[in-house]
Amino acid sequence: MWYLCVFFHRLLDYRRPEVESLAQLFASFEDPQNGDVPSQLQWKLPPHYHADSPFHFVNLPSEQLARKIANRSILVKGMYELWGEGGSYEELKESVLSYPDERKLSYLDSDSTFKITVDSFGKVISLEEQKELIHGLSYIPFKGRVKLKNPDHNFWLIEVDNYGGNNGLPPIVQKRIFFGREVGVADRKLIPTYQLKSRNYLGPTAMDAEMAFLMANQALATSGTLIYDPFVGTGSILVAAAHFGAMTMGADIDIRVVRDGRGPDRNVWSNFKQYGLPMPLGLLRADNNLPPWRPMLKEVFDAIICDPPYGVRAGGRKSGGRKLLKGAVQPYTVPDDKRTDHIPSTAPYSLVECVHDLLDLAAKMLVMGGRLVFFYPVLREEDFKETHFPEHPCFKLISSSEQILSSRYSRVLLTMVKTGPYTEEIAEAARIKHIEFKENHLKWLEDGNLHSAVFSPADAQLTEAGDSKFTKDPKPKYRGKYV
Amino acid sequence: MRLLTHNMLSSNIKGVVNGFPLRIEAEKVVEKTVEMNGEFLKKMFEKIDWKAFVDASWAMGYTELPEEADSSMLDSDEFLNRFHHALLELHLEEGALVCPETGRRFPVNKGIPNMLLHEDEV
Repeated sequence: MWYLCVFFHRLLDYRRPEVESLAQLFASFEDPQNGDVPSQLQWKLPPHYHADSPFHFVNLPSEQLARKIANRSILVKGMYELWGEGGSYEELKESVLSYPDERKLSYLDSDSTFKITVDSFGKVISLEEQKELIHGLSYIPFKGRVKLKNPDHNFWLIEVDNYGGNNGLPPIVQKRIFFGREVGVADRKLIPTYQLKSRNYLGPTAMDAEMAFLMANQALATSGTLIYDPFVGTGSILVAAAHFGAMTMGADIDIRVVRDGRGPDRNVWSNFKQYGLPMPLGLLRADNNLPPWRPMLKEVFDAIICDPPYGVRAGGRKSGGRKLLKGAVQPYTVPDDKRTDHIPSTAPYSLVECVHDLLDLAAKMLVMGGRLVFFYPVLREEDFKETHFPEHPCFKLISSSEQILSSRYSRVLLTMVKTGPYTEEIAEAARIKHIEFKENHLKWLEDGNLHSAVFSPADAQLTEAGDSKFTKDPKPKYRGKYV
Repeated sequence: MRLLTHNMLSSNIKGVVNGFPLRIEAEKVVEKTVEMNGEFLKKMFEKIDWKAFVDASWAMGYTELPEEADSSMLDSDEFLNRFHHALLELHLEEGALVCPETGRRFPVNKGIPNMLLHEDEV
């Protein structure tokens, strides 16, 4: 059945993939035999609507599924059974009246309570007008009692108008009115509860709560799953996964972050305690470049979620001194009496290498069907459509969602599913693919190039690009990709 | 560090062939109650190296685990409780993990194993 799916008007690229992930999660949960729910749902848009608008229609097998998705989703405002729609109130009336009675009458019962909410997008409707609009719905035979708190049935009248245009950009919606019965709405307390400003222990690259929950949803975090973050930092991503009931495990190369934090009550553990969440099953100090997992161990994590250090806010480190790895100094032995307190030197860890190690680790350690969810940076100077994402023979990319961070770069949340088992041959094939990929697409990502592309002064860029820069259209202010 | 983590770790020093299992040197062991999740335990049982797990539990001072186990035992609540306790509720707070081949000590402080290698081990 088709449901009206109303999104929050933000993180546009993340919205459909989230609903599809949740559909997969709940569908396979309800019927474990039928794990093969199509990962692509059917979607429709209202006539002449742009995909960036908040109003979409989605085809879901059951109302229960629609409710569960809406309740858990971060970007779905609500799911509604549409009773009618139109370009004007006359058209709406006709449409509602022609909606089959058997779908309506049981919700209009005299024993039930109900409430009608007027909502709008692109315009403001005063309380007076709202009252009038509600009275205008008298053609619907409501027999129940009005109850404003916790009614049995919630009805929504949503008026959408292209008020005033969008900074001179093409309109994304047309005037349209929807009337529907609420099937499920989002939990609006979730994000304020977990917002970073009230978080006990923070690092410079802590993932903001909304994004962390989106990542946990993409990773299908739920009770009984084990989720690993190889760049755990202050645990901001795992907190979201733990909220959804997942068991968590994390590693970081910086021991001060994972072990000490800022004292006994301000560390990674306290971030979980703060929200009454179960502690991570394990935290350790390890190097993603040389992971300490025992060789026979395979297919143990249900998902790996992370925000790898890509060298803009924080750079990655790996074991081995910089000079040592370049061969500038001879390998040396740490004297026995100094071993205990020795602080091993580390070398910069380029994103290319880091992503390769991550894919290799994930290919080995994820269960079949397990998900790898991570951020990948993209320079916006290049055409986004030509961006090549890292590939691995064990993985299928199922979604890529861009978040624009500045006029120069954005980050893309990639969700990959493990579709093939890990073997030595595959590891070798992946290594060759990685070298090819590195040579063709990733020159700009190495050795701090990304950092300079993001932070170099604008003037330098202008002289580099010459006059062509001035003839280029200014970037749209609107945060969608196409309008 | 819980025994689940211990069972997953090995010494990855360059040249070491058998880095698993790491021997536990326990200085301080604490117990923390964790809610039991039967499904999760059953899943993890398949991944655990049982011998290393039993030896580790002994090193932590817990001797209630049978020397051998097979998946049919998961139907017994008593077994499941012991497995749960040893896997998730015993924590090595202070101590070390020792590489079976080279004797290198990986320290465990405040429950965090430090698996980072020195320059001459990479």
